Amino acid sequence: MTKATGHIPITSAAFALVFVLAVPLVSAQKQNSAPSKKDNSVYAELAKAPRKAVARRNPLETDPEAVAAGANLFDQHCAECHGEMAEGGRKAPSLLADPVQQATPGTLFWILTNGVVRRGMPVWSKLPEPQRWQLVSYLKSLNPAPKPAQ
Amino acid sequence: MKTINACLSFLNTTKLHLALAIAATFISPAQAQESPYIVTYDHYLEEPGSLEVEYFSTFGTQRAGNDFHSFWSEFEYGATAWWTTELYFDGQTTFNDSTIFTGFRWENRFRLLQREHFINPVLYIEYEQTSGADKILKEVEGHDVESDYAIPNAIARKEHDHELESKLLLSRTFKGWNVAENTIATKNLTGGNPWEFGYAIGASRPLALKASAKRCSFCRENVIAGIEMYGGLGDRYSFGLHDTSHYLAGVAAWNLPSDWTLRLSPGFGLNDDSHRFLLRWGVSREFSGFGDMIARLIGGRKP
Repeated sequence: MTKATGHIPITSAAFALVFVLAVPLVSAQKQNSAPSKKDNSVYAELAKAPRKAVARRNPLETDPEAVAAGANLFDQHCAECHGEMAEGGRKAPSLLADPVQQATPGTLFWILTNGVVRRGMPVWSKLPEPQRWQLVSYLKSLNPAPKPAQ
Repeated sequence: MKTINACLSFLNTTKLHLALAIAATFISPAQAQESPYIVTYDHYLEEPGSLEVEYFSTFGTQRAGNDFHSFWSEFEYGATAWWTTELYFDGQTTFNDSTIFTGFRWENRFRLLQREHFINPVLYIEYEQTSGADKILKEVEGHDVESDYAIPNAIARKEHDHELESKLLLSRTFKGWNVAENTIATKNLTGGNPWEFGYAIGASRPLALKASAKRCSFCRENVIAGIEMYGGLGDRYSFGLHDTSHYLAGVAAWNLPSDWTLRLSPGFGLNDDSHRFLLRWGVSREFSGFGDMIARLIGGRKP
């Protein structure tokens, strides 16, 4: 460890803290602009899944506990942004919407794995593969309310 | 006078910690899936808008000197899905000597690629202003050796580092296993000190890959265990392993459904220039919605 003499100005620490507290303000305001356009652009990411990923089948499709486990995982990791009932929130779109519900399990798994980083959704590959498939099982089990007849 | 200044700085730091802790109680916690590493970084960043408040301790043995207990607080914030910023406050107690505040660090990590790849790179940039008495051993670099830490606090604290530290973090998760490698390059901005280098590598895996259908504290999937190794690689003029220290440590994290994460890491020095034993532990809690709360408080935005 190389050393140099000098003094630590305590005020520097305070400035650093003020800066760090200011970052959330700027980033949070940025994230909440134009939600509808943002929703559409996030849904558009579904179409970017490679064919191979789209065709993947959920290996836990017949696991009787997958939906319940997925619900727990959703509550822990996803509900904060997507809403407790996956109805969508200020930060993230509804997962009951047609583009999500009609997507293949493989597509949802691909989105979970890769995130939509530019739009604020982090990658979730830190959850082991089986847990991501459990989340997919849960998402596919959601039954959006039928739309009223026109 | 110096003692008074030290006390004031400690009190200021304590007030800041307290203010952030109080703020944190008003925002909702979120269960994290935290990595067990203490030194190594994987490629996962903080979720956008979330604040993770962490406390870590290291007990270290010291030959030809007094054993020590160093500690640091971390405030880690997910500014975006590709940028995490973090503030550290360090301190230490050297037994039979004194307890002192040793400085602060401001760290930033940037995800370089949008999607998951075979290997995922993250750029790490940190500015640190610490005294020579800093003993948190958050990274080992250059020719850091055990004897550097035997200097009494009264002398060591007179020396100060203003360092710029950069790391390239490479990481991959496959079949539940995370493997991460960090390359470190550090430059002391005061004086003509050379670039110093170091490394950290780690591997970890949850004890179970599937989640349980019911929430539980003692489920195996809540525990992630692994191993990490870190050390110095000399400097620009004397690159290599001579006069460097190296450590091997077991790591474990227990992610509790009550939103807390506990970490434990016993580490062992691998050569005569290393501390023989380092015991590290830490506790952290993640709070989602911190960014929104600050925006509401400062920006006056309605919930």
